[in-house]
Amino acid sequence: MNPGISNNGLSRRSEAKPGYLLKVEDLKTYFPIKKGLLRKTVGYVKAVDGVSFAVKPALTFGLVGESGCGKTTVARSILRLIPVTSGKVTFGNTDVLSADKLQMQNLRSNLCLVFQDPFGSLNPRMTVGSIVGEPLKIHKNVTGAELTERVCLILSKVGLSPESINRYPHEFSGGQRQRIGIARALILQPKFVICDEPVSALDVSIQSQILNLLKDLQDEFSLTYLFIAHDLAVVQFSCDIVAVMYMGKIVEQAPVNELYGDPLHPYTITLMSAIPRLKAPGRQITRQTVGEPPPIVGQPAGCPFNPRCPFADGRCLVENPPLRQVPGKSEHLLACLHSK
Amino acid sequence: MTQNDDILLRGTGFQPVSSTNDILLSVENLSTHFSTQQGLVRAVQDVSFAVKNSRTFALVGESGCGKSITALSIMRLVPEPQGKIVAGKIIFNGRDLLGLSGNRMRAIRGNRIAMIFQEPMTSLNPVFTVGYQIEEVIRLHQHKSKAEARDLAVEVLRQVRIPDPQRRISEYPHQMSGGMRQRVMIAMAISCKPALLIADEPTTALDVTIQAQILNLLDDIQKQYKMSILLITHDLGIVEERAENIAVMYASRIAELSDCRSLFEQPLHPYTQGLLKSMPRLGFTEKRLYTITGVVPDPLHFPGGCKFHPRCPIGCNDKRCQTIEPLLREVIPGRQVACWYAPGYERPDDPKL
Repeated sequence: MNPGISNNGLSRRSEAKPGYLLKVEDLKTYFPIKKGLLRKTVGYVKAVDGVSFAVKPALTFGLVGESGCGKTTVARSILRLIPVTSGKVTFGNTDVLSADKLQMQNLRSNLCLVFQDPFGSLNPRMTVGSIVGEPLKIHKNVTGAELTERVCLILSKVGLSPESINRYPHEFSGGQRQRIGIARALILQPKFVICDEPVSALDVSIQSQILNLLKDLQDEFSLTYLFIAHDLAVVQFSCDIVAVMYMGKIVEQAPVNELYGDPLHPYTITLMSAIPRLKAPGRQITRQTVGEPPPIVGQPAGCPFNPRCPFADGRCLVENPPLRQVPGKSEHLLACLHSK
Repeated sequence: MTQNDDILLRGTGFQPVSSTNDILLSVENLSTHFSTQQGLVRAVQDVSFAVKNSRTFALVGESGCGKSITALSIMRLVPEPQGKIVAGKIIFNGRDLLGLSGNRMRAIRGNRIAMIFQEPMTSLNPVFTVGYQIEEVIRLHQHKSKAEARDLAVEVLRQVRIPDPQRRISEYPHQMSGGMRQRVMIAMAISCKPALLIADEPTTALDVTIQAQILNLLDDIQKQYKMSILLITHDLGIVEERAENIAVMYASRIAELSDCRSLFEQPLHPYTQGLLKSMPRLGFTEKRLYTITGVVPDPLHFPGGCKFHPRCPIGCNDKRCQTIEPLLREVIPGRQVACWYAPGYERPDDPKL
């Protein structure tokens, strides 16, 4: 076991070495499709099909894509909440996918998750105090007055009053529930937090509160985020590096300003132009969307985007482009045969 | 089509008014209340606005502000007996819908006024084919034979750009994607060529690329049929590009009513200003987002005075804002706002203050 990960004092923040905190290599998660009386496997849904990326400490890595593109499956695979078909996930120096039970328990106190739906992810029968304190009880054996003290501390960090600990989730609004969910994820002082659509279920005026809160907490605790969202404007505000997913693959990845300033993949361009957002000065709103999102089974041959792509030619129907560095741009990766 | 109208409307006592004015629907001082076990919920209070012929009017607000209940009140679909339209008029084509009998209202609903809902899966019946469900509307309102209704249904599916409509018509809703289902909903709504289409969060459940397609489709259909649209949404972004007039609702009342361009250029109500500032925008690179503090008030316990004052950066400590609710008033021609601090808003000097 790696002592750097098991030791959960605040001091570990200073240990963050240059390099990557989380590394995902060629991750594949397939779901079998079973049919017939004998439940024979007749095919696979390739939810995540060869995804590789690496996240630097104290930065936010964004995953964007339409529903069904596999972004949530990536998160669940990293946390080993679902069985992974193949690939490698390294957190710190630990191989997550081959970790034993004890190692996994330690990892889980460092890899936490904030869920999309603040209504479905809090147990309605538990008080806020026990929801937020439960991870501490399980992982650190903290009880009694110390537990209460630490719960109150984290609640005040996320902007809730300490009196909330005796109340139940239904007494809170959507934004406040999302704060409870964030408090629960942060109470173990994790290094890495996965935010799975943290604001998509919230009202507009509450969204900005939660986005600011996540940023403040990141600065205060040097958190590293994997930020999953479908709203490109939200991603632009929150993330440092963004990867665009399509049909289980990353099709483009770049630092946020580069991706938004100069998107190269036709799918990224489509996504950007599709969003009816308030106009920024000088930005022309154009729309050039084609086709429906693809079915989850039966990928087309060649580039997965070819049925919707305005530039697709004969080569795109046969060759599946790998994710490659764009010449001259060290951090810009692209999977398109038509890149210059 | 006009012939159909005449046949249908003769029985209802509902004549299309040759409109000298171009207002199709005008809602006047509408109030809808719900009695619940916890108390009376004033879901819609004193709401007035007008939708012009062949134009889009947008009703914007956060969840629970009363925008959907306003739409249901127009359709007279407020669930009774707990919900009740307690005051107001809904003038559609010169006639007050609230005074019509149930039968006459049924001849208008789905025929002259149609509605599409947010969740296309739950608003389509899973045990009938989409063709059956569209034909049902046509046969109910237009007295067509089964074969004629079928042809019309195929035609209307083609108009909403569903590929291969002849085959698709005999499919069930679960065989279609979310965007396709929303197209079917739109097909159903426009099958009787309504004068007014109420679109309640038509794209909220859809992916961004599909959202754009559906909004463009609505635009095209509006032009083709010269239809008015009442667009209900929480997303100010989709409003900016396609509505002519806009009402921002907050806590059951309209906070600001304006033409779209001036509202986005110079919002007058602090809530509208906050909403516009707090949205992350593409192309902007601020370090922090502006936030409206606090939460949307609980409709059972609205704050006294101006309902926005606990969250308002200007009026939170003002005695008048805390005690007297400002009503919607015209401050600039064509622009109405309910805020004591809005420029041009009259402040009657209250001796108590």
